[in-house]
Amino acid sequence: MSCADTLTDYALRSIGIGARLLPKADITICEQVVLIGSGVIWNIYYGLLAIVTGFFFATVLAVARASERPVVSKPAEWFIFIFRGSPLFIQFFFAYELFVLLPKLDIEIPLGFTTIVAETRWLTKAWLGALIVLFLNTSAYSAEIFHGALKAVPKGDIEAADAYGMGGFTKFRRIIWPTLLRLAWPSYTNEAIFLFHATTLVFLSSFPAWKQKGDALYYASYLAEKTFNPFVAYPIVAGYFILLTLIIILIFSLFNRRLNRHLDLENRSKIKYRPQIMLAR
Amino acid sequence: MQMCVDPNGLSGLNWWLCYLTTNTHISFYLSFGTVLALIFLCAPVVMILGFAGALARRSTLFPLRIFGQIYTSMVRGVPDIVFFMFVPIAMDQAIEAMRHKIKCPEVTEPIFRGNDFVVCTAAKMPLSATDQWVHEIYGFCLALVAFAIVFGAFAANNLHGALNAVPKNQLETARAYGMSEKQVFWRIHLPQMWRYALPGLSNLWMILIKATPLLFLLGVEDAVYWAGSLGAAKTSFYSFPHGDWRIWYFAALLIFYLGLTSVSERFFAWLTLKVTKEHDRAVSNISKQVTA
Repeated sequence: MSCADTLTDYALRSIGIGARLLPKADITICEQVVLIGSGVIWNIYYGLLAIVTGFFFATVLAVARASERPVVSKPAEWFIFIFRGSPLFIQFFFAYELFVLLPKLDIEIPLGFTTIVAETRWLTKAWLGALIVLFLNTSAYSAEIFHGALKAVPKGDIEAADAYGMGGFTKFRRIIWPTLLRLAWPSYTNEAIFLFHATTLVFLSSFPAWKQKGDALYYASYLAEKTFNPFVAYPIVAGYFILLTLIIILIFSLFNRRLNRHLDLENRSKIKYRPQIMLAR
Repeated sequence: MQMCVDPNGLSGLNWWLCYLTTNTHISFYLSFGTVLALIFLCAPVVMILGFAGALARRSTLFPLRIFGQIYTSMVRGVPDIVFFMFVPIAMDQAIEAMRHKIKCPEVTEPIFRGNDFVVCTAAKMPLSATDQWVHEIYGFCLALVAFAIVFGAFAANNLHGALNAVPKNQLETARAYGMSEKQVFWRIHLPQMWRYALPGLSNLWMILIKATPLLFLLGVEDAVYWAGSLGAAKTSFYSFPHGDWRIWYFAALLIFYLGLTSVSERFFAWLTLKVTKEHDRAVSNISKQVTA
């Protein structure tokens, strides 16, 4: 079988398009690269959706955490503590068992032009259940970063906004939030990188890989087991993730440039690696 | 316990007492010890590897510096889980291949045959005839090495940053006093570094704690393994039949880890306060002497 055939068979295998069976004997390097590459689709799916949705929830959480009213700040504090204080691996197991116990219901969600029937059964599937866990998890980690940045917003900025008669949401949107993001951005870049790394846990934990549709590490461990040779499959995963990490850094540095566009070139804080903050799960 | 001999006749509190003290439950409780053992055995090795990595990165020797740079940045590019999966298998194969070369030189066929990894019986590690506990200890040791390598890289990153964070003028002052480079490092640079390294080290301790459930992936019978197997539904065939209780067992694990990280957090907050205070007092004493 040529490498081009392998590409049509396995390039989209992780989302169920292509050959039904995984390679079993005489596995070539090409097959390993393509199959693991198809698994990366899931890592990107989980990472991207969790980061984008988590960003907004984390902002809400950070503001709630900074609130002077304990009714608001305490729940946010507890949420952050629970998700940051326990291993993501255990969170996956716990959430899966919780979702399995839920009653099987069909919930109709009207969207105007059409109606979606959401089933609670979906929660036991990795694509939704694991995504929810990752979303909550990254929200907690990001909220801690945002909260730290929120406290570091210069008092003078806020007083100036008050003096201009800005209040409430306008003040937050125009003054506090942009500064918060500027301060938090280097750490938040780190958070995004380590969230993408954490997506490799999904199929190794409790969520089953249905019809052997899994992520990059799922296929790598499958191939390492089949070939008895870890020296090919795992370095391939490593290569994909280094590439992914570089892309994340590039995208986040573009955002960073946009955030700091009012500053002259010398004053722009370049995205630099901050060794103090490691957000591995 | 005497009353636990016939579990069918038990009810209420007695049932619970007997249920929670079965042999498998004792193994479950002991597996928390495995977790703690991993953390405490790992920490010193991590610090040594961390220092080695940080110093390699600052080395004047080019190859050593490149090695240090690769080592410190690898955990940022590649998920730690990949290392946890890779290192134990790779080490196991390396050890067996080496023993194969030494113990069975008469076998000329290659070790990697197609999709197989074949070594002679005498080269197996540990030998297939040895007791189960030897296999378990060996597996645990492989896991320990994987953890030490990964967290050593995290530590190296952090210590490198902390060494860089020490104000340059302090080191220059030391040199101006006539200290040799060695003296500058041991008397000034290293003691002054801790203050900057502490936040990162406390974070490292947290991620080390939170990484311990991954032992499960390496086939070690740890707390996650026992929680899953004890919690699974037991039919009346078993002495203590019950439904699917895994959620409660995993909830217990969550609480255990929350407790562990919470206690650690408090300890490090106290330590940071102490170190910062001492550091600041020393600095202000010096500046008083200078101005006086």
